Amino acid sequence: MSKLSRRRFLKGTLSGGIVTLGLPLLDVFLNENGTALADGLPIPMRFGTWSWGLGMSKEIFVPNKTGPDFDLPEEIAALAPVQKHINLFTNFHVFKDDAPNLCHHSGWVVLRSGIAPMTRENRPGETIDVSVARQIGNATRFRSLSATATGDVRDSFSYEGGNSVNTPEWSPLRFYNRLFGDDFQDPNAETFTPDPRVMVRKSALSAVQDEAKKLEKSLGVEDRARLDQYFTGLRDLERRFDLQLSKPDPREACIVSEAPADLPSGLDADLVSTRHRMMTDLMLMAVACDQTRVFNIFYASAFSATTKLGYDKPHHTATHEEAVDPTVQCQPNVSWYTRRAMEEWAYYVQALADFKEGDGSILDNALIYATTDQSFAKLHAIDGIPMFSAGTAGGRVKTGLHIDGDGSPGCRLGYTAQRLMGLDIESWGSKSNNTSSEISEILV
Amino acid sequence: MFITAFKFNNSAISACGSALVAALLLTGCGQEPAQISETGPEPGEPGDSASVLRARLLTGEQYANTITHVFGADISDSVFPPIPPMDRTDGLLASGAAFVGVTSDQISQIQLAAASIAAKVVDEEHRDFLIPCQPESTTEADLACAGLFLGETGRLLYRRPLEESRLVELAEIAGHAAGQTEDFYEGLALALEAVLISPEAIFIVDRSEPDPDRPGQQRLDSYSLASRLSFFLWNGPPDDRLLRAAENGELQTPEGLTHAVDRLLSSPRLEAGMRAFFDDLLAFDEFNSLAKDPLVYPMVTGATLADAREQTLRTIIDHLLTQEADYRDLFTTRKTFMSMPLAVVYGTPTSDGWVPHEFEEDSPRIGLLTHVSFLAANSHAVRSSPTLRGRAMRERFLCQKVPEPPPDVDFSALEEAEDATTARERLEVHRTNPTCAGCHYLMDPIGLSLENFDGAGRFRETENGAELDISGELDGSPYDDINGLAMAMRNHPRLSSCLINRLYAYGTGGPVSLRFDREILGWFEDRFVAKEYKMRALLRDLALSQAFSAVRSDESPAIIGAGSGAPARNPESQ
Repeated sequence: MSKLSRRRFLKGTLSGGIVTLGLPLLDVFLNENGTALADGLPIPMRFGTWSWGLGMSKEIFVPNKTGPDFDLPEEIAALAPVQKHINLFTNFHVFKDDAPNLCHHSGWVVLRSGIAPMTRENRPGETIDVSVARQIGNATRFRSLSATATGDVRDSFSYEGGNSVNTPEWSPLRFYNRLFGDDFQDPNAETFTPDPRVMVRKSALSAVQDEAKKLEKSLGVEDRARLDQYFTGLRDLERRFDLQLSKPDPREACIVSEAPADLPSGLDADLVSTRHRMMTDLMLMAVACDQTRVFNIFYASAFSATTKLGYDKPHHTATHEEAVDPTVQCQPNVSWYTRRAMEEWAYYVQALADFKEGDGSILDNALIYATTDQSFAKLHAIDGIPMFSAGTAGGRVKTGLHIDGDGSPGCRLGYTAQRLMGLDIESWGSKSNNTSSEISEILV
Repeated sequence: MFITAFKFNNSAISACGSALVAALLLTGCGQEPAQISETGPEPGEPGDSASVLRARLLTGEQYANTITHVFGADISDSVFPPIPPMDRTDGLLASGAAFVGVTSDQISQIQLAAASIAAKVVDEEHRDFLIPCQPESTTEADLACAGLFLGETGRLLYRRPLEESRLVELAEIAGHAAGQTEDFYEGLALALEAVLISPEAIFIVDRSEPDPDRPGQQRLDSYSLASRLSFFLWNGPPDDRLLRAAENGELQTPEGLTHAVDRLLSSPRLEAGMRAFFDDLLAFDEFNSLAKDPLVYPMVTGATLADAREQTLRTIIDHLLTQEADYRDLFTTRKTFMSMPLAVVYGTPTSDGWVPHEFEEDSPRIGLLTHVSFLAANSHAVRSSPTLRGRAMRERFLCQKVPEPPPDVDFSALEEAEDATTARERLEVHRTNPTCAGCHYLMDPIGLSLENFDGAGRFRETENGAELDISGELDGSPYDDINGLAMAMRNHPRLSSCLINRLYAYGTGGPVSLRFDREILGWFEDRFVAKEYKMRALLRDLALSQAFSAVRSDESPAIIGAGSGAPARNPESQ
């Protein structure tokens, strides 16, 4: 019996009927040294992505010093409070090879999928979060979650395939309701009552799956693939129903707040910041409650249209139309936008660091992968594209480092991240983006 | 077996496409002049015209309309449609529905929506209206009653009768669930959930059958034809009468098809269908995330922008369906509707609610291009954008594709234009830089002609104190003022063919193929011209055509037509 997890134990006693069990709340959360949950399960590993738009002003973004204790030039000065939690990667390249340089598209697609897209409509392969979710996302209600600070449902850097984008949550209130609505099982609830309707739902699924298979046979090749994907989704639904029939493991950090008020639409930087922080807080609450272990936060789109109150150019327009001021070595307003992005990145990392779990924080058991779409947006440059990571992935990643990639593929970070998340892949990326070289400097 | 108790009662843009040469077209394309037929497909239609089978995901609005039509608006309104956004494909989101996939996460949202809808359908407030029978006991299974409800409702949600074996399965699910929950209605809800998450409900799948009138050829089966018609004209599923016409074979007869199409065209639901089409054509989904800088445009709120969208849709519906006026005149009409929030932007007095409004003859407001919706949606948050406006004119109304900008553009000249007083001065860079000139020539000149309207669509005499030169030329038609631009657009030879291109794609569920559809599009345009550009007549022609219901056998992917294949949101050229 001692080898059975709490979940397995409860499943074993369910036997298809309605069971209500009380669990002692004292000492339920952790083992003695705080590195694992009380039932012996390790604290789960998490993977997150974060994205900002339009790169950087290299002269005031890239530190002079590499390694630990790197300097923080003014464009990333906001990162001081979280410097110890992050790594900054510069001088890594994205390669387009024989593909066109699709402005503001090639950069993010390569860093998320490893493959240079051939057209703007093209989303090759699948994104890294999807691959990781398949590995570590099966034990939670949501394999992955995506949220955007732009308020625009079309903004997502997560896709399962060319035509299948993971739709982000764009409204804080809607996100809250989705996370903590009727379907939510509080992991810290004193009692657990399996819902008999879930068992019916599960058994009814097989008939729906049969319908999908039958329908699939009557379709052409491309539509068959879409139906097959639907079938896969139904199987994932089955997995979720199984989870709902089990008592969730208690989660110390899971404290559900009140529902947030919703926000108006718009891309004013202050409004985007407010929305970003609300979405971040909700997302981290979802992580703390173990509703997902893979999560994407989208601060700004590749064509970021964030606006600055009283300034007549949105971010993207400014990157092209504002002159570089040699006295400050940047386009001042463009840099203002980037600094706002860095403030939000710092907020995000700090929020993860502040979420207590075990002896540390959620950040200690997570790896965050942060990317953008260009290096110098004014020229649509994709060489020397900056990236960040945050978190130690359970003590396996060193932090506080600035790594100079010396022109090697940016995909090395994605490859390293996937290896850390347990994916058994020998390499990642296609053509010149292909790599089997981890960024060993950050590995413990 | 209980099933016996409720068995079903089963019984482009052609060279011939120019409005300017319409008279020639009627005889110049080797076709007979169009004739008005009372019933069935019209004579003179190209003999091999046909469309392709598709599997379309319901759009969010189609999902909502389905729930509204089957269960009622209050239930539909309580659920956010769990459908992902579509990629705009050849100018339409609706065409993206033929290609979009459904992720696992999306399916979980479909299931949650289904559970929520099903729970409401069987609650005490709705069950007596929506369930056609009462169980013998509310705490036990009642297979006959469950089967009756599921048979009727499933038929509406699948848009065809359920196979008997499937109905048996569903009734058994309801029975089993009622046993588990000791509640007949809980059981029924769980079976309904299974219907609502079925791909048969979520996808509109075309099926074909041999066409007896064209040996060796295929046509849509009658249920697929019913769905294609109703989603085309109503943006919603077939109603009971249309399904009955499919069931009894009427829909496959010329008389039955004509009767059905005329009924759909005379239904109040036609308005919802056409609003959906024009909302899509005009890319009004942009309004879902549109906002203006409150410092620059303090009078423009979320309500203003929502009303701007509504104003244009009201104008279109009134013009095309109520007044049955010439489509082209949408670009010159001064008639519209006004609301209080919009009146502030237009600078005109009005009264509460939506009221008909007509701009004065000397007003700069003339036609759709001068609506706040078009002007504001195709601007930045803080300023107007002649380039975005010009591009929208080309792509949305003329189906002309503006190429992507090259990645290696030298933007330094734009920096020098920082101090320019007017947009025309600023965009002079585009005209003089060879790299930019080719594409911006398509967009900027016509966009600059709308510079009397700022980024929120307000009229302005000057920009930064400078007089505005709004003269220009649209594909060979020079003009001096906004009236001239409106007339040039109205009379543009591609205006009608573009509408037909988009409507045909919208109706048949995916982008047109210029390889296969060129001739039929030209034929539709000839008839549109002959019928004085009347929308209802065009819709009727499309719906009754052989092309609409005949199936093309090739399985090759549709060739994207001449319209905009560009992504909707690539604002690189600004």
